[in-house]
Amino acid sequence: MDPRVASAWALLPGYLGQHVLLSACALLLGLAISLPLAVAASRSAVVRWPALLVASLVQTIPSLALLALFYPLLLALSSVTKGAFGFGLPSLGFLPSLLALTLYSMLPILRNGVTGLTGVDPAIVEAARGVGMTDSQRLFQVELPLAAPVIMAGVRTAAVWTIGAATLATPVGQTSLGNYIFSGLQTENWVYVLFGCAASAGLAMAADQLLGLIESGLAQRTRWRIVTGAVGLALGAAVALAPLVATSAAPARYVVGAKDFSEQYILAELIAGRLQHAGASVERKEDLGSTFAYSALKDGVVDTYVDYSGTLWANVLKRTDNPGRQAVLDQLTAELKRRDGVVVLGSLGFENAYALAMRRSQAEALHIRTLDDLASHAGQLTFGADLEFLSRPEWASVRDAYGLKFRKTAEYQPTFMYRALTSGQADVISAFSSDGRIAADDLVVLDDPRHALPPYDAVVLISPKRANDQRLLGVLKPLIGKIDVAAMRAANLSVDRDMDKASPAQAATALAAKLPPPP
Amino acid sequence: MAEPIIELRDVVKRYGALEAVAGISLAIEAGTFTALLGGSGSGKTTALKTINGLVVPDAGEVRVAGERVPTASGPALRRRIGYVFQEVGLFPHMTVAENIAVGPRLAGWTKADIAPRVAELLRLVALPDDIGARLPAALSGGQRQRVGVARALAARPAIMLMDEPFGALDPVTRDQLGRDYRALHEQLGLTTLMVTHDVWEALLLADRIVVMDQGKVLADASPAALLAGHDNARVRALMETPKRQVERVRELAGDVG
Repeated sequence: MDPRVASAWALLPGYLGQHVLLSACALLLGLAISLPLAVAASRSAVVRWPALLVASLVQTIPSLALLALFYPLLLALSSVTKGAFGFGLPSLGFLPSLLALTLYSMLPILRNGVTGLTGVDPAIVEAARGVGMTDSQRLFQVELPLAAPVIMAGVRTAAVWTIGAATLATPVGQTSLGNYIFSGLQTENWVYVLFGCAASAGLAMAADQLLGLIESGLAQRTRWRIVTGAVGLALGAAVALAPLVATSAAPARYVVGAKDFSEQYILAELIAGRLQHAGASVERKEDLGSTFAYSALKDGVVDTYVDYSGTLWANVLKRTDNPGRQAVLDQLTAELKRRDGVVVLGSLGFENAYALAMRRSQAEALHIRTLDDLASHAGQLTFGADLEFLSRPEWASVRDAYGLKFRKTAEYQPTFMYRALTSGQADVISAFSSDGRIAADDLVVLDDPRHALPPYDAVVLISPKRANDQRLLGVLKPLIGKIDVAAMRAANLSVDRDMDKASPAQAATALAAKLPPPP
Repeated sequence: MAEPIIELRDVVKRYGALEAVAGISLAIEAGTFTALLGGSGSGKTTALKTINGLVVPDAGEVRVAGERVPTASGPALRRRIGYVFQEVGLFPHMTVAENIAVGPRLAGWTKADIAPRVAELLRLVALPDDIGARLPAALSGGQRQRVGVARALAARPAIMLMDEPFGALDPVTRDQLGRDYRALHEQLGLTTLMVTHDVWEALLLADRIVVMDQGKVLADASPAALLAGHDNARVRALMETPKRQVERVRELAGDVG
């Protein structure tokens, strides 16, 4: 078997279990809310129009945005509950994913519920009243059984949508089959991407077929279909959830986080490997959206991950000045501890700075070596940025410092950004200084004589609740200052290159071989 | 005169500007078979439904067995009154036997009491025993209407309200069912109030005919009295039709004979 397929299989029980748990909970919750709402809506136009309107509006919000929107919402709610009841709500991970997907599942159930209930033959409703049924007897003995096939058709649609949209829970910190897709896209591991798509599509199709069996059983009043469908669903869920139950019984586990690019996966694997070597069990939370990662750590959803000093400086401390590499690190360490209780354990020894890069041939032809040189040619050049760079304070800072005005600007996933540069669709990109592709693609990094871009030392962060965890600290401290930029670039390149790709775990093993052995 | 089992006093029901029932009074004695006769829009169906509380009058008073309608519990009242209507409204997800058993089940009968009752009712409405296991979709129109009658009778009501019960059936089935029902009415000692637009049906089945038009009672008499003549011109015209048809049929029969 292809090693990438084999490693994808190995991850399947955990991903599938989480995916099924999330989808099933969202669907059940959606059903529990939508069905009574559909009954109320079928009996009263005052309820019907607002309910259907709101459900339709929710559907128009892109699912990724809906998932992301629950983060600030829960954050605000959490501060309210903390003040009122003394406990906060998790704003990342399972809860926001569950709420967003629940909302997402509601429209088809609600719409079909109303259609089914209002579509019951008036003569049958009259007969039900005529024989002396109360309103609730009529609902449960006549209207719901008759509307059941239509309602089940809505549940099927909701199930397929929910299972599909659950892949988007990955960036907000909820493990799902989307982990394959997000990390596969980043490392250009198309086996992973296809595996994730196939697994999620297969799951959706299986759920759809089993629910379809129940639907046709309800329509044709054949009991064996209903029973087979229900037993199939229950068995499937039990098999998918079994690994979760098994692992949740395991002792003390550390959650290692990673953002969504190769270097992060490799460092997470490196840390996870060290922890496992020390006998701890490890859970990975990968593909965290860049803005969510720090919050996840602060809230204890993640125990440790690697971030970059400049990113924290600008995004968390909202600083735009640049007092120098060591001063940034020192102030960051003091401030994060004071503000959030987060421990900055130290720098790994290399920088992954934002830097503007060009093809060497073009830079030499235009005599561009620094950002000052670039500014005079920018009007003829196209700038390709990653998806977050243009909205980051670093961009505002470098743009204003050098007066950069490009002819055209386009945004790409980091992987495709490098492709755009090498293929000539972009002339300048927002590169990362530790990226292996800088050497591999023969790019030049432009100098920043005005120090507009802050330093980006890779720093190991520890969550407040693990601040005094000696096992964790003991495992991570020996890594501080031990990884130089050449080693990191080589590891990154081995994952990012087109041929002979390594998995992040393999790259981590190769990187670990250059480091002092674990204690 | 005995206390009437059903009594309507100055009952009015409006739908917007339309007065569907424009102040009617009616006293029905136990054991009688009364036809409410009228065209569409005469208010006969609306008047009928005020009796089992499916329609709540805007004014006036309705009493069933001395009790004021609508009562606190409409469903409880309706379980004591049989109700049959043209569309039948058999529950398509229940078998024939389950349909017939609905009333007794709602009234809290035990399973042991319900099963023989269903068999008894199937015999009563002249349906074969094995039909009980079938779904309504597998029945003919006449069979469905018989099941409708059986369902209405299942919980042993004293009163039967029927709204064009045989209106959708072919003439032969309709005649057969009408006569069968009339026999049941006698056998079970029921009080029946039947809405119809068919003069023949009213004449041949009922003891008493109440002619309605535009929400009002035009005439209220026995079939024989109505055929003998009435001071309202519309009622006289209504009764002319069957008489003329009888003459015509007699002529035809004479021609052959």
